[in-house]
Amino acid sequence: MKQKLHEIKESFKGNKWAPAFNAIHTFLYTPNEVTHSGTHVKAADDLKRTMNTVIQALIPVLLFGIFNAGYQHYSAIEGFPENFSVLEHFITWRNFVVGLTTVLPLLIVSYGVGLAIEFVFAVIKGHEVEEGYLVTGILVPLIVPVDTPLWMLAIAVAFGVVIGKEVFGGTGMNILNPALTIRAFLFFAYPTWMSGDKVWVHGAVDGLTKANSTDAISGETILGFLAQNRAEDYAYSISDMFFGFIPGSVGETSALLILLGGLYLIFTKIASWRIMLSAVLGALAMGLIFNAVVDFGWIGTYSKFYSLMAFDFWKHLIVGGLAFGIVYMATDPVTGSQTNKGKWFYGFFIGFISVMIRVFNPGYPEGVFLAILLMNVFAPTIDHYVVQANVKRRKKRAEKAVIYTEESASLETQSA
Amino acid sequence: MGLLSKKDAQLILDPLADNNPITIQVLGICSALAITAELKASLVMAFSVLFVLGVGNVVISLLRNVIPSKIRIIVQLVVVATLVIIVDQVLKAFAYELSKTLSVFVGLIITNCIIMGRFEAFALGNGPWKSFLDGIGNALGYGVILVIIGFFRELLGSGTLLGYAVLGDPIAKTGLYAYGYENNGFMIIPPAALIVVGIIIWVQRSRNPQLIEEA
Repeated sequence: MKQKLHEIKESFKGNKWAPAFNAIHTFLYTPNEVTHSGTHVKAADDLKRTMNTVIQALIPVLLFGIFNAGYQHYSAIEGFPENFSVLEHFITWRNFVVGLTTVLPLLIVSYGVGLAIEFVFAVIKGHEVEEGYLVTGILVPLIVPVDTPLWMLAIAVAFGVVIGKEVFGGTGMNILNPALTIRAFLFFAYPTWMSGDKVWVHGAVDGLTKANSTDAISGETILGFLAQNRAEDYAYSISDMFFGFIPGSVGETSALLILLGGLYLIFTKIASWRIMLSAVLGALAMGLIFNAVVDFGWIGTYSKFYSLMAFDFWKHLIVGGLAFGIVYMATDPVTGSQTNKGKWFYGFFIGFISVMIRVFNPGYPEGVFLAILLMNVFAPTIDHYVVQANVKRRKKRAEKAVIYTEESASLETQSA
Repeated sequence: MGLLSKKDAQLILDPLADNNPITIQVLGICSALAITAELKASLVMAFSVLFVLGVGNVVISLLRNVIPSKIRIIVQLVVVATLVIIVDQVLKAFAYELSKTLSVFVGLIITNCIIMGRFEAFALGNGPWKSFLDGIGNALGYGVILVIIGFFRELLGSGTLLGYAVLGDPIAKTGLYAYGYENNGFMIIPPAALIVVGIIIWVQRSRNPQLIEEA
């Protein structure tokens, strides 16, 4: 098989289809070419390894999302189990089956459409197929509601990859995070499928027929409840929020697994801890400001922002997509800030603006993707000012510096 | 072409493609974003600009030797404003509903950069016949892009063309909607026009690489 593939590849060398065959070949096997001349720097952290590490960090989240899709589905039909136990009610075969049949198609469509477009562009432009889509492809199903229609996802992926990435020159050249571009496109194009109380639980949209019960399934997210000032109506405890047994986009619910994934990315030095930490600080700061406004009594229960403002500041981190966005999206090395100082600003404002959008715009119950896209746009500006400040500081130092000539140096040694 | 000399024909044909006011000169973008959510509005806008630019160019060209150059901008504005008011009144009289949807944007033709641009760059230095052709050419180039954008935005955003439901009824779920198709809300909002313009620019420049600017 390998030999055959190799022969096919050789026969297409120089042809315009060569990159496509080359890509299949290197994707399946180690390349059979070796470098020919000179010494090369050997480092393990090429693009493929970076991508693979991120995917490894995402797999637990994906598995949890699959089980949670099933769990939310059955809980919505039968009511939440009384003495909840993870083994009895969560990791069950039927949850897995429901989750797999809803999440797997999303994953397949995401990879199928995205990679197909990458292949087409590689052939047109005559370069090698880039691995850039590998991570985007797994991120996309994790940040959409379970029941997103597949054709919508396909259109959004096509839009995100072409407009969000390929027009700028492909992997590594994009200004905006492609996965978030896809999410934003879905959100603005098909808002009824991306928000509200029906989309987060599988089967809720055509709930009546499937559930065989008199009332339709309601799968409102916690942020949804808060945005409607119905804080007392949701029945999720803090541990539910932390472990992720709540409705939401496929992969965003479990703060615990996202935390573990984040730590894994930090220890493998793939993602920047500066961005994660400063984003968390930013979110907490904004949350504290809102809490303070409530504590001082500047805003009453009549206000439509009351529930979201009164929501404990640290809880913002464990509901909604904030944690997922901070760990997996904000740290994208292509679209984020490059300078260490810039990363602090970049991360801080992501957290800060996310919580601000959450509270002030109930029409956008989830502000994380907008905040990250906004800061993506500002990242080069932040970097510019950080670099300029550094240049200025060094210039100042250079002006003050006393320059010793060779003579003075020799004089000094003599006197000593 | 018997009617027009080759040079004159160039005046009309150039702005349609290789010297398009929107995609190459990047003028008149604001109105292209604002009124292209429906094909009908795009068409009316295209015709309004056709009238204003065609007549305006001739008027300015006739006056070009008597306008003192210090106050030429004001004179140009007076001419545009007069013509725009005529268009506005005609629309209000014969197509009231449409003039309501277009609202201020008819009035804002005055500020459309294409018009002042053609007055300054062409009509002030050329005879009336040539200026007329140039005005018509540029207005058509503008209109073509407007109609293309309007076509895609209305078709994808509302599922209609000129108000006729071509894809079926979204509420009764007929036609495409029976298969789960839904209108793309993104196409209704102005940023979508920017992306459609961008795609047109992309396609045009990859067909004719000479148009690509130096980075």
